[in-house]
Amino acid sequence: MSLSRTDRQLAALLLGCALLAATIVLLILLFLVKESWPMLQHVPLIRFVTDASWHPVDGLYQLTPMLSATLYSTLGAVLLAAPLGIASALFSRYYAPPFLAGCYRRLIELLAGIPSVVYGFWGLITLAPLIGRLHPPGVSLLTGILVLTLMILPTVALTADAALAAVPVAYLRGAAALGLSRWGLISGVALPAARSGIIAGTLLAAGRAIGETMAVLMVAGNVVQQPQSLFDPVRTLTANIALEMAYATGEHRAALFVSGLALMVMVLVLVGTAELLSRKRHYG
Amino acid sequence: MVKNALTTGVIWLTAALVSGVFVWLLADIIIHGLPKLSWSFLVEPPQNAGRSGGIGPIIVSTVLILGVAMVTSAPLSLATAVLLSEFTRHDSVYGRLVRRSLDVLAGVPSIVFGLFGNAFFCIYLGLGFSILSGGLTLACMVLPLLIRTAEEGLQAAPNDYRLASAALGMSRSATLVHLLLPTATPALVAGLMLGLGRAVAETAALIFTSGYVDRMPGSLFDSGRALSVHIYDLSMNVAGGDSNAYSSALVLILLLLIINSIALSLANQWLHRSVVTV
Repeated sequence: MSLSRTDRQLAALLLGCALLAATIVLLILLFLVKESWPMLQHVPLIRFVTDASWHPVDGLYQLTPMLSATLYSTLGAVLLAAPLGIASALFSRYYAPPFLAGCYRRLIELLAGIPSVVYGFWGLITLAPLIGRLHPPGVSLLTGILVLTLMILPTVALTADAALAAVPVAYLRGAAALGLSRWGLISGVALPAARSGIIAGTLLAAGRAIGETMAVLMVAGNVVQQPQSLFDPVRTLTANIALEMAYATGEHRAALFVSGLALMVMVLVLVGTAELLSRKRHYG
Repeated sequence: MVKNALTTGVIWLTAALVSGVFVWLLADIIIHGLPKLSWSFLVEPPQNAGRSGGIGPIIVSTVLILGVAMVTSAPLSLATAVLLSEFTRHDSVYGRLVRRSLDVLAGVPSIVFGLFGNAFFCIYLGLGFSILSGGLTLACMVLPLLIRTAEEGLQAAPNDYRLASAALGMSRSATLVHLLLPTATPALVAGLMLGLGRAVAETAALIFTSGYVDRMPGSLFDSGRALSVHIYDLSMNVAGGDSNAYSSALVLILLLLIINSIALSLANQWLHRSVVTV
């Protein structure tokens, strides 16, 4: 069908807008690379691992303490949030009476919307002193992991809930007809059927944990060091950027943009994997 | 059988634990935040680095930043959504490319948006640390969410509307303005509110774009401190700022609740309105 003149004009306008929206992500990549270029040009990437320490003013750019802090805190948060989140989804879908299930889901949705700075503030004021009583100083890798767990738990719970809701009712009826117990039905039928959706949601949550800045910045202590125990204060990649951007210039600033670039690549790999998984579910 | 009973117990316990922790968090903020909350807290300027006084200028800055973000991202996202849902085939190369790049944008961490906003809006475009820079950075951030909700809303409009108006010889623009947009309004508004909620919760992207200054902003080119940045600054950099930080956190949560309930009630109201006004 041929379009009228107004329609063609409108289409051209819309095309321009969509192009603008689509190029923002390229613009972000472009500027990240542009700002990190002075660094990438004459500092080989291996020095981010082999340098003696992180003293950007003296030209030492070891990022490994921050990388391991990010890795440990994300891993810890996912290990805690995944079982809790999946159990939450199972609770609201198979265990709770309808009214309670509705309330519980509303609560989780409310929590998904609470700002990260509020989680960080609460962790700093309430959680850190409690952990400090156990083992000072309180602001530590453990506190970071716990606050991150709270933050990503709603993501895991809501995606797992959606994945469980997508399991065909016929499967569940069939399992019930075979006389399976409730747990037998869940572990033998519902969870396997929803598996790829649940894994995709957990990966999304991991991406959120890696990229999270404020909460860990406020509760993890921000000391640049390789953590020896759960009670050591650590500084993550994101916290490092937030802390040092304010005064960084020259190569130091470029180094922060390099870590931003690394962060973006990590998150995109996770999100991409999650998307592949959820696509497989549609066609599988 | 034992296994079944055991897992039932574990799952009820988990649910109790999760709701317990969250009730603890909310109650803690309400109990400590409520005593200081008053009209004067909302309108007075902060004093003594925020330890005393209120959050008047901070609320104004927050509203201005959100305004800039929404005014720029809403039309752009609506146009993109209309293009994707009404003017391209679902499998067209261009549509797929746009969708893919928006998916990537949705995954970018907020601190990276902060870096980008600082490099692009503040320095490259020369806007400096300003409300405009912060708002535009947030606009980039909420764009994928707004486009996705608007696209879903448009696609939910019955296909009969498109066929009937085509049969009547209406142009696509007229169909869009008179039928599709009114039908999709609840979804569009709900999406806008979701974006607003995401933007008001953001901190990391604003620290290096809209800045820290807690004075009343004179124009959009002034630096302005958002509510979330205020909470961060009070709790991390100001000793003795905790009680005001509690109240600010409570205000932020209440703001989010208000935004969400407006979205819900508007959506309901529009659902019951007839599409074509005679």
